[in-house]
Formats: sequence, structure tokens, C-alpha cells
Amino acid sequence: MESIRIEETGLNLEATELRLGLPGRDKIEKETISSFNKNKRAAPKSAEDDESKANDDIKHHHHEAAPAAKAQVIGWPPIRSYRKNNFAPKKAEAEYGNYVKVSMDGAPYLRKIDLKVYNGYTDLLKALENMFKLSIGEYSEREGYKGSEHAPTYEDKDGDLMLVGDVPWDMFMSTCKRLRIMKGSEARGLGCAV
Amino acid sequence: MAYSFPEEVLEYVLSFIKSDKDRNAVSLVCKSWYEIERWCRKRVFIGNCYAVSPMIMIRRFPEIRSVEIKGKPHFADFNLVPEGWGGYFYPWVIAMSKAYPMLEAIRLKRMVVSDECLEMIAKSFKNFRVLVLSSCEGFSTDGLASIAANCRNLRELDLRESEVEDLSGHWLSHFPDTCTSLVSLNIACLGSEVCFSSLERLVSRCPNLRKLQLNRTVPLEKLPNLLCRAPQLVELGTGAYSAELRPESLSNLVNAFTGCKKLKALSGFWDVVPLYLPAIYPVCCGLTSLNLSYANIQSPDIIKLVSQCQNLQRLWVLDYIEDSGLDVLASCCKNLEELRVFPSDPYELEPNVPLTEQGLVSVSEGCPKLHSVLFFCRRMSNAALVTIARNSPNLIRFRLCILEARAPDYLTNEPLDAGFGAIVENCRKLRRLSLSGFLTDRVFEYIGKHAKKLEMLSIAFAGDGDMGLHHVLSGCDSLRKLEIRDSPFGDQALLANAAKLETMRSLWMSSCSVSYGACKLLGQKLRRLNIEVIDERGTPESRPESCPIEKIYIYRTLSGPRFDTPNFIWTMDEEGNSPLGIA
Repeated sequence: MESIRIEETGLNLEATELRLGLPGRDKIEKETISSFNKNKRAAPKSAEDDESKANDDIKHHHHEAAPAAKAQVIGWPPIRSYRKNNFAPKKAEAEYGNYVKVSMDGAPYLRKIDLKVYNGYTDLLKALENMFKLSIGEYSEREGYKGSEHAPTYEDKDGDLMLVGDVPWDMFMSTCKRLRIMKGSEARGLGCAV
Repeated sequence: MAYSFPEEVLEYVLSFIKSDKDRNAVSLVCKSWYEIERWCRKRVFIGNCYAVSPMIMIRRFPEIRSVEIKGKPHFADFNLVPEGWGGYFYPWVIAMSKAYPMLEAIRLKRMVVSDECLEMIAKSFKNFRVLVLSSCEGFSTDGLASIAANCRNLRELDLRESEVEDLSGHWLSHFPDTCTSLVSLNIACLGSEVCFSSLERLVSRCPNLRKLQLNRTVPLEKLPNLLCRAPQLVELGTGAYSAELRPESLSNLVNAFTGCKKLKALSGFWDVVPLYLPAIYPVCCGLTSLNLSYANIQSPDIIKLVSQCQNLQRLWVLDYIEDSGLDVLASCCKNLEELRVFPSDPYELEPNVPLTEQGLVSVSEGCPKLHSVLFFCRRMSNAALVTIARNSPNLIRFRLCILEARAPDYLTNEPLDAGFGAIVENCRKLRRLSLSGFLTDRVFEYIGKHAKKLEMLSIAFAGDGDMGLHHVLSGCDSLRKLEIRDSPFGDQALLANAAKLETMRSLWMSSCSVSYGACKLLGQKLRRLNIEVIDERGTPESRPESCPIEKIYIYRTLSGPRFDTPNFIWTMDEEGNSPLGIA
């Protein structure tokens, strides 16, 4: 077979349009490939840059949602699925769920819910509304749950009674010890700014 | 007058020659030796299930008792090989059921095995003894029930990390009361609870049981029941290593472990409650292998364990061990040969634990017998790699994974070329190497120049251009398997080194710069290779020839193109015409 001389030619990547997937796919994946001829760090870092440029709405949404928002390159780092699926997460309660008691003023018995199954406050409040057949209304930093019949509160690690919604979801998940749904009349005291 | 060795004598001599390489060499001496050898070969290893067909194997070796076959390319472990790629065991089992009624052992890796295959095994081979399914998939616990129920002389059932459709744990109860032959049972990958009393009875009646790897659902409280019925165990994989705190729990466990005087290997340790770790202290000094890679215990607990395992040869652990733990390992475990450190939080770019390149340097300093390393970390330097290379000239396997792709030397910001260069230059026995970090073509120059014994090379996000690949293909004399992803290697290097591909088992390239045109050209020129273009975007014919293909898998074969390719794989044909794309 004829030998082909190897010369150190640069690669004309624009012409070759290398992609990982179907056209119109993630900008992140495109950057992975187009950056490999430059002295630059790869996808994960540039993906994070992308994320920080993303608009506030999306950021806020990610904030409340479950963590997996980091862009990941397929198959990197090279860890087998078996290992990924079988590794026990760090938190001890992760195995058993994060169950907290929920009491509602006037109800004959308490309920228990697993905070881990909810994506954020909206999800949680909707579930509580369903469970206790009531309406809770919209949270506002200034007014709490003003205008609704009930206000969701919780007891934190220090034993203090707090209004649900003030702190980021992750912080709430780790500090909430039990939930209490207060009647609107009582709750108004909490909701007022001091 | 030619003196000729009686066949029987030669056969007798050959019965002592077990290694495949030696057997292959024997068969090349002359035609009569070839004939004698093929009739008495009992074990065959097929590194690529598509390199040869079942018929070719059966035709050449009529008396096989043990087969070992590998299917999917290694990168399938990291989801780079699309679903439906192939690697089906079915055609093999059908052919062997007729040709090898006396077959005793089947060992498969990365193959698709259906329940039907398992049923065939159970029915067809009366003297079946060993079934090892490593990273396989496609079967359910129903298939396992067939094996348990029908294989009267079963010695080994090892499901190593396979993906099993877990319908229930009931299958284990299918082992008949007459089954007393088990030597090794590994069900660690199964999720369902097996009937504990069945397991207990099975363990009791198998006096030769040496290896037992339980699954996560076997509770710690029940472990003593099993251990006291099998004190002869050499390898144990625990189930979940946590239990409700009861006063007798710990003492029962300690007593049980104390009774296992032959225990050499421990694994399992899911969901560890550190309180119960001291139970294994009695066996630590005898341990040669410890797998803590699923145990989320922190450095102090790991140190307490490891410092008691002076005879440890193999340690698999999470990065929770930290540099401090690796220091202790280096000072206590002078017989250490293999170290694997896995990341506890692989997708987090910020360090979550103080584990750095220093830990690995310590181990290389303290453990003179170290020969196999798999190390995940967040930073590396050329200086550290040079030191490691100097300390461990006997390295055989060196796999380094810096979590952030293309991370440079964290001290100098330079590429890690010099560091890996030192590894290949000093470690003359190196057979396997996985690269990571920021690397230019220069590292490949070093590899091509020095890594003469290298058999397997894994490349990701590395190199500048075709020269890199050219160095490797033209310089690495022993290269058998090359796998590359996301690196700018393309047509020129491949075409210039096409002949090299026939001396290798396989080449995988994904997200590189190989054009469709080059693939067609290779297909024309290399008759004894399958050039398989994998492209999920649809037929490469619909795009210009200069357009790079997504993935390519090239392997040598005696069987021509395969007939089970899915619709996203095109095998380049000999005419350079429209490729064979058989649905």
C-alpha cells in the first residue's frame, strides 16, 4: 500500500463540523469537540461558564431543583455504571429517606412525609395542600403566606419555629425537623416583618 | 530418516502446557504438531467474539472443555457503545451445545446473555461446572433458576457486576438439596432479597465453598449464621454492613470472623456503620485483598483497618482514604501490589477530600512491589509522575484519571507530557496505560519511543493532531488494544499505519477526526479487518465523505463482516462501494 507522508498539518475543524450527537444538540457538547485543538480546558469548565451566563430564571429554577444541573460529558470520568449505581451516598439518612412529621392544627393525627421526594417548595406545598385538603397560597418574602387560610411552618435544628420558604431548599431539607401547618390567624404574627 | 515423536508422548507433554501463548506457539511448529495440539486443547480464550465464528473454533478445536469469550469494547463500560451494538452469546451456545456436550466452563465478559442461553447451558452440558458472567446483561433471575436447578456439578456461579433483571430472589431456592459442589458463589450484583434459609442451607451443605459474595440485602445480623457454617471461606463479600445497635450483634460478628481462619479477601461493605468494623480486626493480618470501594467510611476508620493488614496485596478504596491514609498504607503494607482509588464524588470539580497526587507518591515510595495502579484524583504534576516512575520501575498497569479533562500540571500549568514520558521510559514492563490531563503530541512521541511492551492504551481528550496517533501506531510494538475518545486524530495517521491494525485485536475511536472517506479506503485495503462505522445520525452516505464519523471500531477477524449489526453500524466492504449495512 502506498505510504502517506505525515505532515504536521493543523486541523480545519470548522470544515469538519464534528459533533457528538444529532444536529441542534447541546452547545456544551459542541464546545467539547471544538476546543480540543486549543490549549484550553475541556467541557466541564466551559459548561460552567455557560451556566453562569444563563439567565436568572433558569438559575433560580436550578437552585430549587435537585442538584444534577452540572453539564456532564458522556462517559467521563470513566466510572462504570455498576459502580455509579451501587455507591452509597454520603448522608446516612439518604438510604432511608428524610421523613418528618407534619401536624396540622385541629387535625386528629399527624402525618409523615419524606422531604427527599420533593423537588422544591412548590412541590412540597402542593403535596401538603393535597394531603390536608387545604390551600396555602403563595409565598412572599415580605408577607409570608398572607391571604391564605394556613401557613406552613417548621421546627428547625435549634428548636425554633420558622416560616417555610425563607431559606434555600437544600438548607431547609437539612434543618427541618418537623412541619406544622398553622391556622392563618395564628400565622399572621409570624408573617409580619419585624 | 526422520525421527518422529510418538503422538501419545507429545500429547502427554502438551498436557502440561496450559498457557494459550505457549499452545499457539506449539501449533506453529509443524503440521503434525498443529494437529496433535488442536485435538488435545481443552481451553480456548477468544478476546473478541467477532474475531472468529463458533464454527471456526469448533472445527479447529473439537475437544474444548472451557471457553472464555469477550464481547463489547471496553468503552462500553462508560456508555460510549450504543445499546444494541452486539456481543450476543446465543450463536455460541447453540453451536457448542451440539459440538461440546462435555463443556465444563463458560466465562464471558461484556456479552449479551439471554435466559434462553442460560437454559441451553443448563440443558446441554451434563458436566457443567463453571459459569462466570462479568459485566454481562440480557438475562434475568429466571435464567439463573435454570442453572441452579439443572447443573448438578456446579462449582462456580459468579455474576460479577452483571446487569441482571431481578425478578425475585427465589431463584436461589432452585439449588436442589443434592447440590453440594459449590466452590464459589458471587451474587453481589443482585438487588432482590434471596431466601435466607435457602442460602444458609446451601452454604451448610457445600463443604468446599471458598468464595462467597453476598448481595446488599443480606443483613449483617445474619452474617454470623453463614460464617459459622463456612469457616473454610477464603473470600467473603459481605452484604450491607449495618445493623441496628444491639449488644450481641458486635460480639456475634467478632466471634464469627474469628472462626474464619483462612479468610484472605474481603469485599462488600455497603452502607457501613463504622461501629461494626472492629469485627474484622481478627482477620486483618491474614488479608491479602480488601475492597472498600463501596464503603463510605472516612479516613480514620480506613486507617484503623489498613494499619492492621500488613499482608495486604490488593486494596480498592474510595478517596475517603485521603493522603494521610495512603501514607499509612505506604508504611504498613509493604507487600502491596495493586492499588485502586475511586472518587467518592466524581462530578464535583472542587476537591471534597484531601486526596492528591502526594498520596500516590507516598505509596510508590513505600511499597516496592506495587505493579498495578488505578488512581482517580483532581490534580497531578509532572514532578509527581517523575517521582512515581522512579520509585516504581516495575509498574505493569498504570491508569491515571484526573477528573477534569485536560487538566494541566497544577504547579507549572504545563502539559503532563514529561510526567507520562517518565512513566513509559522508566517502567519497561508497562503493559497497560490510561492517560488523562492536558497532553500534547509529545507524550505520544515518548510512548511510541519507549513503551515497547505496552499492550493496551486508553486515550481521552489528548494530543494535537495525527502525529500523536502516528507515534503510537508506529512505535508501540506490542500494542493490541487502542481506545481513543475526543482526540484530534484522523485519517492520515490511520491510513499510514493501516497494516499495523492487522497486528492488533482492536481499535476504537470516538469523537475524533476520522472521515468517512478514510473508513471506506481502509475497508478496501484491509481484507482481514472489520471496519465498523458507528453513527447514530443515520447513514454516512448521506453526508460528504470528508465528514467525520461519530465512532469507529476496527478489529481483525477470520469471519468477515458480522450479520448482527444494528441499523446504526456500517461495515466497510472490500469493494469500497456502498457499505454493508445489514439490519
